[in-house]
Amino acid sequence: MDFLNALVLILDSTIRLSVPLLLACLAGLYSERAGVFDIGLEGKMLAGAFAGAAGAAVTGSAWLGLLCGILVSVGMALVHGFASITHRGNQIVSGVAINFIAAGSTIILGQAWFQQGGRTPALGAAQRFEAIELPGAAALRDVPLIGQIYSELISGHSLLTYFAFLMVPFTWWVLYRTRFGLRLRAVGENPAAVDTAGVSVAWLRYRAVICTGILTGIAGCYLSMVQNAGFVKDMTAGKGFIALAALIFAKWKPVNAMFACLLFGFLDAASIRLQGTPIMGVRVPVQLMQALPYILTVILLAGFIGKAIPPRAGGVPYVKER
Amino acid sequence: MAELAIALSGINKSFGPVHANRDINLEVQRGTIHGIIGENGAGKSTLMSILYGFYQADSGEIRVNGKPVSIKTPNDAIAAGIGMVHQHFMLVENFTVLENIILGAEGEPLLNKSIAKARSELARLEREYGLEVDPDALIEELPVGLQQRVEILKALYRGADILILDEPTGVLTPAEADHLFRILKQLKEQGKTVILITHKLREIMAITDNVSVMRQGTMVATRETKGTTVEELAELMVGRRVLLRVQKGEANPGEVKLSVRNLTVRDSRKVTMVDDVSFDIRAGEIVGIAGVAGNGQSELIEAIAGTRRAVSGTVMLDGKPIDVTGTADPGELRDRGLAHVPEDRHHVGLVLAFEEAENSILGYQDKPQYLNGPFLNLKAIEDDARAKIQAYDIRPTNPHLRTANFSGGNQQKIVLAREIEQDPGVLVVGQPTRGVDVGAIEFIHKRLIAMRDAGKAVLVISVELDEIRSLSDRILVMFAGRIVGERGPEATEGELGLLMAGVEHKEAAE
Repeated sequence: MDFLNALVLILDSTIRLSVPLLLACLAGLYSERAGVFDIGLEGKMLAGAFAGAAGAAVTGSAWLGLLCGILVSVGMALVHGFASITHRGNQIVSGVAINFIAAGSTIILGQAWFQQGGRTPALGAAQRFEAIELPGAAALRDVPLIGQIYSELISGHSLLTYFAFLMVPFTWWVLYRTRFGLRLRAVGENPAAVDTAGVSVAWLRYRAVICTGILTGIAGCYLSMVQNAGFVKDMTAGKGFIALAALIFAKWKPVNAMFACLLFGFLDAASIRLQGTPIMGVRVPVQLMQALPYILTVILLAGFIGKAIPPRAGGVPYVKER
Repeated sequence: MAELAIALSGINKSFGPVHANRDINLEVQRGTIHGIIGENGAGKSTLMSILYGFYQADSGEIRVNGKPVSIKTPNDAIAAGIGMVHQHFMLVENFTVLENIILGAEGEPLLNKSIAKARSELARLEREYGLEVDPDALIEELPVGLQQRVEILKALYRGADILILDEPTGVLTPAEADHLFRILKQLKEQGKTVILITHKLREIMAITDNVSVMRQGTMVATRETKGTTVEELAELMVGRRVLLRVQKGEANPGEVKLSVRNLTVRDSRKVTMVDDVSFDIRAGEIVGIAGVAGNGQSELIEAIAGTRRAVSGTVMLDGKPIDVTGTADPGELRDRGLAHVPEDRHHVGLVLAFEEAENSILGYQDKPQYLNGPFLNLKAIEDDARAKIQAYDIRPTNPHLRTANFSGGNQQKIVLAREIEQDPGVLVVGQPTRGVDVGAIEFIHKRLIAMRDAGKAVLVISVELDEIRSLSDRILVMFAGRIVGERGPEATEGELGLLMAGVEHKEAAE
């Protein structure tokens, strides 16, 4: 029973830790499936986290905060689009620039506006997305196993968590069952085919990076308004890059992306849980446990994914031939 | 007189200083197959891109079925009933046939209905035109001939009445090309208009009703195909008389220069591309290897030239072994008198960003005549380049110009001049005239035959069967990594075509 309890707790925090990864990963999926590589997920997420927390603190409304987070993140996505689609710039350089801009400007603006060392003021309950109790969760709590899973694992998360997981089937549906998805996948594989079919390559790619912006904005807001009560500098702490790794691990497929993010979330949750706990009688240094998810990321990416074929036109600006 | 499907008048188009289309007039009668022929860079593709809305003309008028139309995007062209089959297929490789066909013409936001509609429409088109293809197959798993069929279906699905095909046979086997021609004739019988862009004179004679000839951005003539000859068309294309088939005397083979035994080569995916291949080449002969692209010819010459490791087998050059499975490298082979003109001059043969003079010694830059102590002797290199420019009629004649600014034919001459002028005993040439115009082809062929007559051993691979037949003293045919037959230069195209398609595989192996 003790073990089961511990497991449910770890899985519960796995879900919490996976959400920002999953949102960022799906965000990257839209952009990269359309042929625009985006290593600026991290920066957009950070900017979204800041804008969300700042907006919520100023307006007092979580929803307005979320809107601010999305708008700022979409704005940065459009900068990336302008550089890499309209001006055919190098997508990696543009993405790196966005990461730097976000890292620097969030601290400067935070200090200028709130004078709390780059933090935003702590958010109250109305300014955050609180956990939602699903119907019947309290009643079922005492039913062994099923009740516990339902009330602890499935119920009791924020709206954004449910949104993130619903985005997985939705993204799948968009990609494989809609006209937009067909064109999106086509433009990442062979933009010339899309162009000759009479569809604008640039507009299609812009729509894809806007989708990316929306989702990274929400991912950021989750960090600052759900997981924490306010913005702290560099609070993304590399999650955007882990999401990118998960995207490759998932071979750019939405359902795989969910499992990849859950796996990374689980590693993270396990490493937190196991800190200070002796494993088979040996005390493992905290730092090693903290590094474990990243070490495993490298191992998984290097050894276990087999051949991941990225979208064929990925990273290449579209120039009409001849 | 039949009605006009297309009437172009006074079309002009410039790219910077290059006047790609100059005052072009063209009339295409409805229900005919109309050929447009010209050398590379004559402006054929530009003209068709204008008609398909890829570019816009600087001036001029386009009429479709008698009505003036403004074609600004491919969408306008599609709406006007014009469809295009591009030279490089515009297909998404990991999509199914159906997905490719509906792309851009889905109709509604959700795919279910449009896919169902496309499926029944496709069945109708297949019945009507005999264009069978599995709608659920992935493009990358289809042979090129079928991929092309998908391109045609794509255009027909969009309701095209006028079909433009840009160099459609470049990637096809002779049998596939014949099949394509039958399809085109059927389309014509159903009342469609076909515009066929090509630089192959034989195709023009085989299936077109009328032919227009372009040269240096102008339309120089339009003829009824029945009333013209290959010689006349060639002369119109080049602007002077051309020898279509090089004159050459009897070969006079001497001792074996290059001997290949049981050579096996795998590609980067570990697929066996060259499978236990053996042959000899003697001094004073040209051996041609025919085959449809992708049957191992490329890997074969790369292994011989030391740019790809072989798995097993031996190669002897002048009776001494080349370590093809180990340390052989192109530099060592050059020193031993084996020169290599790679198939892909853009990526392997040349550094396009370099000056012409630099490319004309690349690979030989350590030879004493190009050095001045540890430094390059720039004066000597420039003089050397100028001599080659003169001897090979390379244009423009400026050795300091970036190589990217030379046309395909002149780039190829730069590579050939570099390799031939080092006087190698064995010359291995991949695709000697790919993307090279008729005039330069004649020149290159003459040079290769001169090498032969000087007692060198020449190995040529080419996907152009005509080229293989006109150059070679012996023809080896490769199919699926094996040499499936050897023929003399008198072999007919049909005979070689069957071998290339692997049809006579069993008999040939006996």
